[in-house]
Amino acid sequence: MAFFLETLLGGLMAGMLYSLVALGFVLIFKASGVFNFAQGAMVLFAALAMARFAEWIPKWTGIESPVVATIGAFVIAAAVMFVVAWLIEYLVLRHLVNQEGTTLLMATLGITYFMEGLGQTVFGSDIYKIDIGMPKEPVFLLESVFEGGVLINKEDLIAAVIAAVLVALLSLFFQKTSTGRALRAVADDHQAAQSIGIPLNRIWVIVWCVAGIVALVAGMIWGSKLGVQFSLTTVALRALPVVILGGLTSVPGAIIGGLIIGVGEKLSEVFLGPYVGGGIEIWFAYVLALAFLLVRPQGLFGEKIIDRV
Amino acid sequence: MFYRENGQFKTSYAADQQIFPIAQDRIAIGLILAFSVVAVPMLASDYLFRAILIPFLIFSLAAVGVNILVGYCGQISLGSGAFMAVGAYGAYNFFVRVPNMPLIPALILGGVCSTFFGILFGLPSLRVKGLYLAVATLAAQFFSDWMFLRIKWFTNDSPSGSVSVSNLQVFGFEIESPVSKYLLCLGILMVIGLLAKNLVRSAIGREWMAIRDMDVAASVIGIRPMYAKLSAFAVSSFIIGVAGALWGFVYLGAWEPAAFSVDQSFKMLFMVIIGGMGSIMGSFFGAAFIVVLPIALNQLLPVLGSAIGLEISTAGISHAELMVFGALIVWFLIVEPHGLAKLWSIGKQKLRLWPFPH
Repeated sequence: MAFFLETLLGGLMAGMLYSLVALGFVLIFKASGVFNFAQGAMVLFAALAMARFAEWIPKWTGIESPVVATIGAFVIAAAVMFVVAWLIEYLVLRHLVNQEGTTLLMATLGITYFMEGLGQTVFGSDIYKIDIGMPKEPVFLLESVFEGGVLINKEDLIAAVIAAVLVALLSLFFQKTSTGRALRAVADDHQAAQSIGIPLNRIWVIVWCVAGIVALVAGMIWGSKLGVQFSLTTVALRALPVVILGGLTSVPGAIIGGLIIGVGEKLSEVFLGPYVGGGIEIWFAYVLALAFLLVRPQGLFGEKIIDRV
Repeated sequence: MFYRENGQFKTSYAADQQIFPIAQDRIAIGLILAFSVVAVPMLASDYLFRAILIPFLIFSLAAVGVNILVGYCGQISLGSGAFMAVGAYGAYNFFVRVPNMPLIPALILGGVCSTFFGILFGLPSLRVKGLYLAVATLAAQFFSDWMFLRIKWFTNDSPSGSVSVSNLQVFGFEIESPVSKYLLCLGILMVIGLLAKNLVRSAIGREWMAIRDMDVAASVIGIRPMYAKLSAFAVSSFIIGVAGALWGFVYLGAWEPAAFSVDQSFKMLFMVIIGGMGSIMGSFFGAAFIVVLPIALNQLLPVLGSAIGLEISTAGISHAELMVFGALIVWFLIVEPHGLAKLWSIGKQKLRLWPFPH
């Protein structure tokens, strides 16, 4: 029982991390109808920028304090992501207004390749460390209930809290500010939003900036967990089934989907994996999402898809 | 292209419906085919065969397959690498397990395995479409990656999933030298290319295009979406499977599951985008472009770098390659969504009138 709980909690934590990446997808899709395949590349790019600037700031300024370096690197990396967001809007999306979803998807595939190349050219392609002072040691919970208690990574716990805070902030931003309302209007209907005077281009820049920040936070947490390296881009591929399961247009869907996928992956790996040779994590999530799609094509919380001729 | 179709009158339906209705086109294609069958084997060097010509032929075949699914039927697929892998490993199993299995039937049976795999993973297309389908096809990719790494039966119990074939023969001819490999690939490509071209201009090809352009409207006028979509998946994955089997047997000789990773899928999708969606000829352009580009960059970048006094490392070149790829994809999508094939036909149209304005 304790082992089951441990796996379950581990899955929930992993799921929270997936939702962080999935959030980036949902944000952009909601506001611009672009299925942003480049989210993984953005996570890598942001994490690389953060890791390298944290190294460079002490070297350039002579300030040795790690706190200053970390905060400075975060701010600079955020600025870099803003520039990236603006460039993507200016160079790519602006020219692809009113194109089909699949065309936009392929354009973001191109952006993915470009950013992977650019990030590694500018920031280097080794494995870097991000140290944001997350505690690494595990803690034991519920020792009174089970013998030996339930083992949890403190790091995962903090990551989950950060993710939860981010989600709360984002939903406040979406529901309560006028910019958030404009974003939701654009998501509903480009033309209608434009006709009542919402500047489409500016909205897109804002949304990509927000997605860039989400990518930065995700990259920071994943990077401090796994190290910043090229394989960070595959995180996006791991997060895709989350978005599909939760629904492309729903922020809560991204969270719940992430939790379901995280738990499903861990439980299947531990309890089903040994029978079929292990390593089933990666496709199990996809098959789970796929099976779900067959029943509910729009995902758990997505808006119903209506075909018009 | 200083020719016109003036004066070539059609007197029968057969003449009207040929693939190349203009006599000059027929002559040009005949010349190109003769050149590639007769002259190329005499002229090209071994390096040219191995690095450019054989990969080009195999990827052209794969791109034709992807184009049928993505370009003609509009079902976006990111699982082409999986179809290639199933073709390669399917053909391998038939080749190794059945005694005295000839090569060509093994390749075709590999394609048949891939067909079934394609139909299985095409089933979600009946329920979901567009972006959701793209993700669904990724499931095929990850499932095949796992299957060939972990299920030992498929790889004849080799520990790392790597397999190799040797002693290839077609009708008593050894397929050993680059020239013979080239001719084998060329032969298969010509046959399948012709079949594919005829398929897409027949009734079923028009059904695919109707589904692509608007599936609800297509089903209203009496096209069965299930039949059209699954047949596109079947035909496309058969062709990709044969290409995968060729890639493993002829080009690599020994391979492991990583040879058919998700990167391979993206690469094939790029070939179709850059070459031209919904155009068989575009598949060839796209394949040529994607095969030649990395080699050209490898040769050019160090020269450019030394010209401005910069040393460019091999890692730098591979990063630059990624960037050029990405930029080109975006550029093509913005400037010419129909790809190189469209540029070709625009050029042809211009030359048809040149030097006169009308």
